[in-house]
Amino acid sequence: MTTLTKTEDASAPTGPESFLSVRDLKVTFSTEDGPVKAVDGLSFDVQRGKTLGIVGESGSGKSVTNLTILGLHSPRTTTVDGEIVMDGKELITASEKELEQLRGNKMAMIFQDPLTALSPFYTVGRQLSEPFMKHRGASKKEAKDRAIEMLTKVGIPQPKTRFDDYPHQFSGGMRQRAMIAMALMCDPDLLIADEPTTALDVTVQAQILDLLKDLQQEFGSAIIFITHDLGVISQMADDLLVMYAGRAVERGSAREVMSTPKHPYTWGLLSSMPRLDSNLDEALEPIPGAPPSLLTPPDGCRFHPRCAYTDLVPGNQCSTTRPPLGDGRASACHLTAEQKQTLFIDKIQPRLR
Amino acid sequence: MLQFIIRRTLGAVVTLFLIGAATFFLFVAAPSDYASLACGKDCSPQRLADIREALGLNLPVAQQFWDFMTGIFMGRDFPTGHCSAPCLGQSFYSGEMVWSTIMDRFPLTLTLTVGGSIVFLVVGIGAGMLAAFRRGSFVDKFATGASMVLSSFQIYFLGPIVLVILVYSTGLMEDPKYVPLTQDPVGWFVGMSIPVCVMATIFTAQYTRMARSSMIEQLAEEHVRTARAKGMSKKYVFFRYAWRGSLIPIVTVFGIDFSAMLGGAVVTELTFSLQGIGRLAVNGATTKDLPLTMGVMLVGAFFILIVNILTDIAYAFIDPRVRLS
Amino acid sequence: MSDNLTLPAQQGPADTTTPETLLEVEGLTKHFPIYGGFPIKRKVGAVQAVDGVDLTVGVGESVGLVGESGCGKSTTGRLITRLMEPTAGRITYAGQDITHASRKQLAPVRSEIQMIFQDPYSSLNPRQTVGSIIKAPMEVNGIEPAGGREKKVRELLELVGLNPEHYNRFPHEFSGGQRQRIGVARALALEPKLIVADEPVSALDVSIQAQVVNLLQEVQKELGIAFLFIAHDLAVVRHFSQRVAVMYLGKVVEVGDRDSIYNHPRHPYTHALLSAVPEIDLDGEGEARERIRLTGDVPSPISPPSGCRFRTRCWKAQDKCASEEPPLVKLSGSREGHLTACHFPEEPTLQGRAQDVVMDPALKALEGDGAGKD
Repeated sequence: MTTLTKTEDASAPTGPESFLSVRDLKVTFSTEDGPVKAVDGLSFDVQRGKTLGIVGESGSGKSVTNLTILGLHSPRTTTVDGEIVMDGKELITASEKELEQLRGNKMAMIFQDPLTALSPFYTVGRQLSEPFMKHRGASKKEAKDRAIEMLTKVGIPQPKTRFDDYPHQFSGGMRQRAMIAMALMCDPDLLIADEPTTALDVTVQAQILDLLKDLQQEFGSAIIFITHDLGVISQMADDLLVMYAGRAVERGSAREVMSTPKHPYTWGLLSSMPRLDSNLDEALEPIPGAPPSLLTPPDGCRFHPRCAYTDLVPGNQCSTTRPPLGDGRASACHLTAEQKQTLFIDKIQPRLR
Repeated sequence: MLQFIIRRTLGAVVTLFLIGAATFFLFVAAPSDYASLACGKDCSPQRLADIREALGLNLPVAQQFWDFMTGIFMGRDFPTGHCSAPCLGQSFYSGEMVWSTIMDRFPLTLTLTVGGSIVFLVVGIGAGMLAAFRRGSFVDKFATGASMVLSSFQIYFLGPIVLVILVYSTGLMEDPKYVPLTQDPVGWFVGMSIPVCVMATIFTAQYTRMARSSMIEQLAEEHVRTARAKGMSKKYVFFRYAWRGSLIPIVTVFGIDFSAMLGGAVVTELTFSLQGIGRLAVNGATTKDLPLTMGVMLVGAFFILIVNILTDIAYAFIDPRVRLS
Repeated sequence: MSDNLTLPAQQGPADTTTPETLLEVEGLTKHFPIYGGFPIKRKVGAVQAVDGVDLTVGVGESVGLVGESGCGKSTTGRLITRLMEPTAGRITYAGQDITHASRKQLAPVRSEIQMIFQDPYSSLNPRQTVGSIIKAPMEVNGIEPAGGREKKVRELLELVGLNPEHYNRFPHEFSGGQRQRIGVARALALEPKLIVADEPVSALDVSIQAQVVNLLQEVQKELGIAFLFIAHDLAVVRHFSQRVAVMYLGKVVEVGDRDSIYNHPRHPYTHALLSAVPEIDLDGEGEARERIRLTGDVPSPISPPSGCRFRTRCWKAQDKCASEEPPLVKLSGSREGHLTACHFPEEPTLQGRAQDVVMDPALKALEGDGAGKD
């Protein structure tokens, strides 16, 4: 039941320039109730200077995946299988020392809640300076200069004085800016942003999203942007990966996935989400049921218990066979390409306009 | 900061007064007093009246209280002599000045408290942190197991066992006794080492468990993960980021324990036949010795209040979010 | 349905379609005192969480209350349900002044105003069965429906889309969406006339959100219950509410029917809010919407800016904005019932501008001064 590319691991499906490639990643937590397959056979690529959006609901495995890339999962309770190659370097088998050299240096992360993600005990300046001193061997003075430069860049007023402030003296939006500045201190090649604006107000979110986009143009980092918000991802991502219950169900360019989605789960997401321009005579169309427990996930396609179109698939394939996710623009669903197209045009699209 | 200290000190004075008042009036309200105990079996009313007069118990209660409280600041004169401020009165039982009695006993209590604290803080927090750092390892299991067993022990159980082993059967050490530090530092150290260590052992077990769980909690904090995501090493993150947060619950509990011990470690003193503040408190209560009880109470309360203020100041040093006001 | 919300002076001849007013709030204010000082602590200031809010809700009407965190929308909800005591102002429910009504006076009204909370995990007692949670309001208010309370609870469970057999289960056996349904059933137990829903779907996953929004919508339409729907998500509010009030720093800055607010807003803040909502690009063609990027966060409600509270982040602010507080009035060119508190209102269109409004210094620097990016 392997999905894809087991045979062509080395050559990435989306071309040779992919900077990070994840192949058949499996992450399992051992819990008191049994093993939880948080990520189950996930493959994707990120290209230099591009943004990959990963969208999914809570429990879809999107955050776990990215902690695993950084090697920040708890080694005691987690088993990781598969391959994560960044710039030619395999990360799963890398030693802790090697990972420490990469973290904060070549790859950096921005977390969801900047209030809890910054230490309350040290000044913002110190927290910014640390990675620069460690990775660049910079002196305190050099690190301070760099930190002030970065604080200025992300739009913190009076960066010289704010350098000595503690995170709790910053407002929510300012904290997230400081977090971004911290991630960019060493000019990383890969930036992982895990729901970076979910805790923020909408007007502040808009500032931060634009800031990330503008900074990406300047720094040229590849970004993995994780969110549950389809609107945010539509604004941010070049490529898109839709995850459900630990697996990728659809992949493609953001534009393709949004304009011609192919997976029933993506359809469900799009038609259940209220938009500012949606037709108000049309009621929202929720996805029935709730996401499955990953302790006892459904067999076959994990979405089949909530899917309205399983009858269209011959036999009981949906509940027995895991649908493969092909390369490039693809969706992991047993429906045929024609069926998907007709369904989308007849049933889904009218709802979205 | 200064404002905070001034405000809290003023508050402490008021609290002390209220504690003193409560103790005094509760004591007076008790059905029997020292005079009736001292008067003995065949007590004539005349004799009782004499005793009461000698002790000043014949005066109105409010007057007694007033005399006692003013004595603390101004000193008092007794038929047996002058008691200079801070005067906590004259013991009914021994006739000694309560203040000097307490001062006699205090070095021993201080030795127990400070010595014990140093041992259990260093060993307990050290073991707890090591266990948290190597979570799931043999060290962790050993530390957790040992602290579980030890914390279910009591001083009056562990104390005699240690005495039997080290003193009575092998004669490796002498019976614990207190020698003033200024007289004989070696004797002071040797004499007090058994009580200090036994008492510290029980506390060590508690502090190990507390430090471990507090540390593990901190290690799961998001800001600790952020620090790791910056590439800081496990050790660095452990000692710089997680450690500081884990101190807060420890400081809280330590403040309570420390001030309680300064008020007298009754069980330890009884177990090792030592004469500390704890003994005084027990004596005062059983003999209905009002001045002695008042003295011990007020001194104990004084330490609790002082340590309380110090604990709050410590919070502010550990956590910049805490503002003293 | 229009002018049931307006300054008293302006109340014109009532439109025939105007629903009867159920709830009327005037000058509602809540200040949380701050203590400090030396040597004796005293009141040194106040968090002006809600500062003079006017609002009406008609019978069976759903009114949305939107704004960012700290704007006072949740406090307003709690004041209306009288979970908090207002500092000033007046709350009139069905003609009865309940602003400072005592527990006793409030009793008959309490059952008619119910609340649904944001967090479906902490708002249900984990040690009670679903049955007793939903039954509790009936017991407290001594209401004995025909056929008994248990029968009523089972009906309610069915109504909110849960299995009546689940009567004896505990909250932890349910998913987040189902718990929120339990919360809705509890709110419906007393057959209320007004439900104050405080962020009822924001803790839920996208696919579940729609389930609860639809449920609330059915409840609202079929049972004719009036709703005050408090949320930060503008799209959800748009879907649910006939009329919408926008709050900023304790004040209503704009209010009107849904179309006015979402398609013809006048207040710069409403413009900024709408422009900040990230929209799905369904046709892959980019958008022609205006782009407004404010600077910084909402100022502290402890010492809010003088005059117009939005002026510190507003691109149109002038001296007048600092000295004079703009009244909430109907502007010329606005529809009846569409009120705006602004001295220098925007054009009632959301079309893209010749030049983006970018106030944020970092964005300005990165994008080149003044010039819009796309």
